[in-house]
Amino acid sequence: MSSVIRKQVIPGEVIVRGDYRIGSFVEKRGEDYVALRVGLAEIVRNDVKVIPLTGPYIPRTDDQVVGKVVDVTGFGWEVDINSCFKGYLPAVFVFGRDFSPATHDLSSKFRVGDLILARIDSYDRSRDPQLSVRGPGLGKIPRGEIVRISPTKVPRLIGRKGYMIKMISNQTDSDLKVGQNGLVVVAGPPEGVLRAANAIKMIEEEAHMADLAQKVQAFLTGG
Amino acid sequence: MKEKKKLIDENGLRLDGRKWDQLRPIKIEVGTLHNADGSAYIEFGKNKIAAAVYGPKEMHPKHALLPDRAVLKCRYHMAPFSVDERKNPAPSRREIEISKVIREALQPSLILEDYPRTAIQIYVEVLQSDGGSRVAGITAASLALADAGINMRDMVVGCAVGKIEGKIVLDLDDAEDKEGSGDMPFAFMPNLNLVTLLQLDGLFTPDEFRQALELAQQGARRVYEMQREALIKQYFSGGAGETTVVEEGE
Repeated sequence: MSSVIRKQVIPGEVIVRGDYRIGSFVEKRGEDYVALRVGLAEIVRNDVKVIPLTGPYIPRTDDQVVGKVVDVTGFGWEVDINSCFKGYLPAVFVFGRDFSPATHDLSSKFRVGDLILARIDSYDRSRDPQLSVRGPGLGKIPRGEIVRISPTKVPRLIGRKGYMIKMISNQTDSDLKVGQNGLVVVAGPPEGVLRAANAIKMIEEEAHMADLAQKVQAFLTGG
Repeated sequence: MKEKKKLIDENGLRLDGRKWDQLRPIKIEVGTLHNADGSAYIEFGKNKIAAAVYGPKEMHPKHALLPDRAVLKCRYHMAPFSVDERKNPAPSRREIEISKVIREALQPSLILEDYPRTAIQIYVEVLQSDGGSRVAGITAASLALADAGINMRDMVVGCAVGKIEGKIVLDLDDAEDKEGSGDMPFAFMPNLNLVTLLQLDGLFTPDEFRQALELAQQGARRVYEMQREALIKQYFSGGAGETTVVEEGE
């Protein structure tokens, strides 16, 4: 048995005093542990962290993102990944090592306006994120509706071990592609897409509620 | 020349009936603008101010970006209809200066190093103006930044003090600002206890200044309580109590 203490915090507020391990969005000031964002502070055993309720998407290596191709350059594609940084997908990642701009036509793979599901291959604070489409399920997204949610609510939408997202997918008979950047593409029969989109919006609005899974279940089976 | 108005009557009450250490009525809302990344609206006496934050986003022009942190941009603007006589919408000398001091008042609270090569834009739009609009603007802008989800060391909260009829009073309104003999806008970070804005026009003795600083801090702490309440209301309405303990098996 371990207990979790949750506390509503705003930036600058002291969460606890003592000796803890620092998690995300927490700063140590002397003995105090201070929140840097609006959100729920969580203290589990020796760890203290803040789960933010709002904020932009900051890329992280190995994140799966949904992006839109905004430019085709000589050596790759520029992709809007709903962030303050532009994603770059190099052509060598798509065509392989023998890529040459003279022999390969980049537009034959992705064109401006295409939606892609990609993985952040590398990112650090000095360079823009580099994308990759190698991996199961990655690549061009042929059809679907885009639903935008706050990137901070994505973990709630996915649920523990993908529980929530699987439930929506099964109940609405549609296919969901979730990007960590807050973009979700829903494909399937029209009424299923509509119900899935509404369920996603509901999760976004009530992400801080405790009994969210049951609520979503009720919404999907009831509606 | 018209006769000078008496700013404090024989009962010690001010023109609008306030005591010397009383704030004007304040109303604060968070998340009022849908297209902004973060926003807030404040009514501070007769002030009505909307603040919006966009970003972090790509920096333009590119040559002005900073490789190690975000560039903070701020615009304080008064709507043409915000004052009795129509104001030219072009930025005036006063607005340019206030934009600068608001930016510098908010900058210490933000962890701009977390967003390298980007820009964060703050807009403070005064829809109706009264005295103390810059400090009300700072209070709203700080809320908008928190709403946008930018990493912050602390909130920033502002409050003005001034001198009327030789007495130090809290939170001047427009008439007191114009007729009085001194005005001191003040903003600080309440948890860190650090001052980020301190301006003074008029003549204060060292004792008056110390008294004014103390009063401004007390006033700002009261505004901070309302600021905090507005943020909590936006994000935790209908939620559980402030602190909850959840027991988890295994």
